[in-house]
Amino acid sequence: MGNILEIHDLTKTYPGVIALDNVSINIKKGEVHALVGENGAGKSTLIKTITGASKPDSGKIIFEGKEYPFMTPRLSGDLGIEAIYQEFNLAPSLSVQENIFMGTRINKGIFIDTKALLKKSKEVLDNFNVEIDPLVPVGSLSVAYMQLVEIAKALAKKCKLLIMDEPTAPLTDNEVEILYDLIKTLKEKGVSIIYISHRLDEIFHVCDTVTIMRDGKVVKNCGVNEIDKDQMIYYMVGHTMSEKYPQRNPHFGNKVLEIKDLEGQDNQPSSFYVRAGEILGLAGLVGAGRTELARLIFGADKKSGGDIYINGQKVEINSPKDAISNGIAYVSEDRKNLGVILKFPVSWNITLPILKSISHFGFIDLKKEDEYVCQYKDALRIKTPSVNQLVNNLSGGNQQKVAVAKWLASHSKILILDEPTRGIDVGAKEEIYELINHLTDQGLAIIMISSEMEEIMKMSDRMIVLSEGRITGELSKFEFNQEKILRYASNIVE
Amino acid sequence: MRGKNIYMKSFKNFSKQYFIVYILIILVAFFGIMKPSAFFTGQNFLTILRQSSIMGIASIGMVFVLIAGGIDLGISSLLSMGCIMAAAFMANQHMPLIAAYIFAIVLTTAIDLVTGFIIVKTGIFAMIGTLAMQIILQGVAYLICGGMPIYDISPYATVIAQGKVGFIPVPIIIFAVVILLAALVLNRTYIGRHFYAVGSNAEAARLSGINTQKLQIISYGISGFLAGLAGIIMLGRINSGQPTAGKNMEMDALTAVVLGGVSLAGGEGKISKAVCGVVIIGVLTNGMTILNISEYYQQVIRGAILLIAVCADGIQKIISSKNKRKAAV
Repeated sequence: MGNILEIHDLTKTYPGVIALDNVSINIKKGEVHALVGENGAGKSTLIKTITGASKPDSGKIIFEGKEYPFMTPRLSGDLGIEAIYQEFNLAPSLSVQENIFMGTRINKGIFIDTKALLKKSKEVLDNFNVEIDPLVPVGSLSVAYMQLVEIAKALAKKCKLLIMDEPTAPLTDNEVEILYDLIKTLKEKGVSIIYISHRLDEIFHVCDTVTIMRDGKVVKNCGVNEIDKDQMIYYMVGHTMSEKYPQRNPHFGNKVLEIKDLEGQDNQPSSFYVRAGEILGLAGLVGAGRTELARLIFGADKKSGGDIYINGQKVEINSPKDAISNGIAYVSEDRKNLGVILKFPVSWNITLPILKSISHFGFIDLKKEDEYVCQYKDALRIKTPSVNQLVNNLSGGNQQKVAVAKWLASHSKILILDEPTRGIDVGAKEEIYELINHLTDQGLAIIMISSEMEEIMKMSDRMIVLSEGRITGELSKFEFNQEKILRYASNIVE
Repeated sequence: MRGKNIYMKSFKNFSKQYFIVYILIILVAFFGIMKPSAFFTGQNFLTILRQSSIMGIASIGMVFVLIAGGIDLGISSLLSMGCIMAAAFMANQHMPLIAAYIFAIVLTTAIDLVTGFIIVKTGIFAMIGTLAMQIILQGVAYLICGGMPIYDISPYATVIAQGKVGFIPVPIIIFAVVILLAALVLNRTYIGRHFYAVGSNAEAARLSGINTQKLQIISYGISGFLAGLAGIIMLGRINSGQPTAGKNMEMDALTAVVLGGVSLAGGEGKISKAVCGVVIIGVLTNGMTILNISEYYQQVIRGAILLIAVCADGIQKIISSKNKRKAAV
C-alpha cells in the first residue's frame, strides 16, 4: 500500500507558541491512523494544515504523490480531504438528503433534481448499511445519526481521506458500534481515515497505526499492536500515570437533595435522592432524558409536576437563579455554548454566579474578585497565560475547568456534572476525577451524567439508569455491571 | 527581536483599540486646515460639545441596550415625547418646571420599559419592535400638541440647555455626569457585568443565575430615561415643545456608538469609545456646516458613515472569528 498523504517537516508557530515543530507523518492508503495527544499537543493545528484552514510556516504536504507547500480549504476539498468535527456542520431544518448534497449540486437546469437527489442519497446511505429516511429533517435525528449524515456528506464528495475529530464523543456505547462498522466499511472501500480520540480503548479497537503528539512534536509512531495503553499514556503525558481513576473512601451524610415525582416535557415522574459526599451516576443512552432531568432540577426548563427537597425542606425552583440560591449548580454538557461565555475573560467567567455577593452597593469588590479568581485558578490548575485571557483561547480541558470553577466559587452544595470529561485529554481527565473526589470529601453531593461506561462505573457510588425519560433501574456500587446497566438503559426487563 | 515584537504587538493592539481616536484627530485636523479661523477656536469646540450633548446623552442609552443584546430605534420619538410632555405639563397642567421635568422623564422611562417588556417576553426582533414604538410615539407626540408647537412654558426652561456654569454650558456638564455614571455602572458594578454577559450569551448567562429578561428590560428603561433627559434639554434649546424634536436622532446615535465600537451583536462596547463616536458626529456636523456643505450632501455623508461603521463592525467580527480559529491550537 502506498501513502495517500505524506507530511514533511511541517512547522507552524503562533505568537508565543510553537504549535507544530517539524512534524512528519505518513498516512497509508486505506488505513485508520490514530492521532493522539493531550489538548494543546498540536493535533488540531495539524488537522487544520491538512484541511487548509491554517497555513504552515514551512514544510510540505504530499497528497497522492503531488507536492503542495500548503493547502487551502478549496484545494483540500477538491483533492478529496474531508473533516468531521465535534460540532456538526448541518442545517437542522433541511432534510437528510439535502444535507448530504449540500456542497454538491444535483440540478436539472436551474431546478434541483429531487428524484436524482433521493436516488443518490439512498445510494450513499445504503453504502454503509444505515437506515435513515433521506426525507426527514436532520434536526429530528439523534446525535449519532446526525454524525452519520455528516459522514455521508463527506462520502458524497468522493472523499479519499476522512478526518474524524473525537467522533465517539457524543455517542453512547452501542451507538459507537454503528460507527465502528461504518469505519470498517470505509476501510474496505479504500478510504483513509485520520482518527482523533481521547478514548484510548477505541484506538486499539479501530485503528491500524498510531501517531502520538506532545508539545507540537511527533513523539511516537507505530502500529497499534506494537504498543499498549500504559505506554501510550506515557508518551502522551511524558510520565507514567499511577491510576486513571483515583481511589477514595466515601462518607455519606444526609440526603442533601431529594426529588419526588419530578416531571417535565421529556421526563416521566422521577424520584431519587443524593447524599452529602456521594456521587450519584445518571446512566443511560443519549436521549434517555438525563440532561433534561438535570435541567429540570436546575430550573433551566419548566417542570410540569413534582417537588424538590433540599436537606428535607421543600423548595420552589423555577429558574436557575432559584436553584443557585439553594446551592445547586449545573455544569452543562455543551461547554462552549452554555458552560462558559467564550467572549469573557477567565476571571469574569469564574465570578459570574457570585458577582452580586461580592459587590457592595452594586459595586464589584475587585480585590475580592481577584482573590477568588486566583484561588480557583490555582486550585483547578487552569492553564492560562493570564486570568484576563478570553476563555475562547483556552483548550477544551481548561474551558471545562473554568466552567467548574465558577460553581466552586459560588460554594454550591449540590453539583450536577453533565459529561464533565467530554473531549478532554487524559491528563486533564484525571485532574477532573481527582477534583470530583476532592469535592465529595468536602461534603458536596454530586450528580454525574456520563456516556462513558467505564467512567460512570468507576466514579459513581450509586447509579440510576434512565431510558426514554424515566428511571428504569437503580444500582448500588457492588451491583455495577456493564451488562446490567445496558439492560436497564435499553429498558429490557429481565 | 522578541522584545521588539512585543512592543509592536502592544502598539498594534493600542492602535486597534483607539483607532477611533485617530479618526477623530484626523477629522479635527482636516476641518482645522480647511477653515482654521472658524473651526479652530475654543468657542467652537465648546459649541460642538454643547450641540453633541443631547444626541450624546441619548446615545449612552443606546449603548446600554446594544450591550445587553438589543437595539432601540425608538429613542427619537421618546426624545420628542420627553420634550413635548414636559412642555404640555407646564402649559396645560401648570406644573412647576422641575415637576414637569420629572414627570416627563418618568413617562419616557416607563414607556421604554413597556417596549422592552413586550420585546423580551414575545421574543420579537428588537429592531422591529422599537421601530413600531417609534412610529406610535411620533403619532402620540403630534396628538398631544395637536401638531402645533407649545410655547407657553416656564422662562427658566432654557437654563438646562443654554445656561452656563463658569464658561461651561450646562448640557455639557449633564453629558459629562451621564458619561461618568454610565462608565461606572458598566465597568464597576455587577449589573454592568451582567449586561455584558446577557449580550454575549443570554442562555449561558441565564444558567449562571442571571435574570436575563429583567436585565434586558432594564436596559430599555435606561434608554428611555436618557432619551427623556435629552428631550427636556432639547425643550430648553429650542425654547418650545416640538413634536419632532428628536427626529432622526436614533440613526445619529446608532452611527455614533457603532462607530465607537459598540457591537450590534451585543456584549461588546465601551462608553469612552462610544463618546468618541458621538464627538466625531458632532465635529462632522459642525465642520460640514462651517464649510457650507449643503444639507442634502450632509445627509448622503451621514448615511455613508453609518454604512461604513456597520461594515467595520461586521468585518471586525470576521477577523476576530478568524483569530479565534487561529488561537484554538
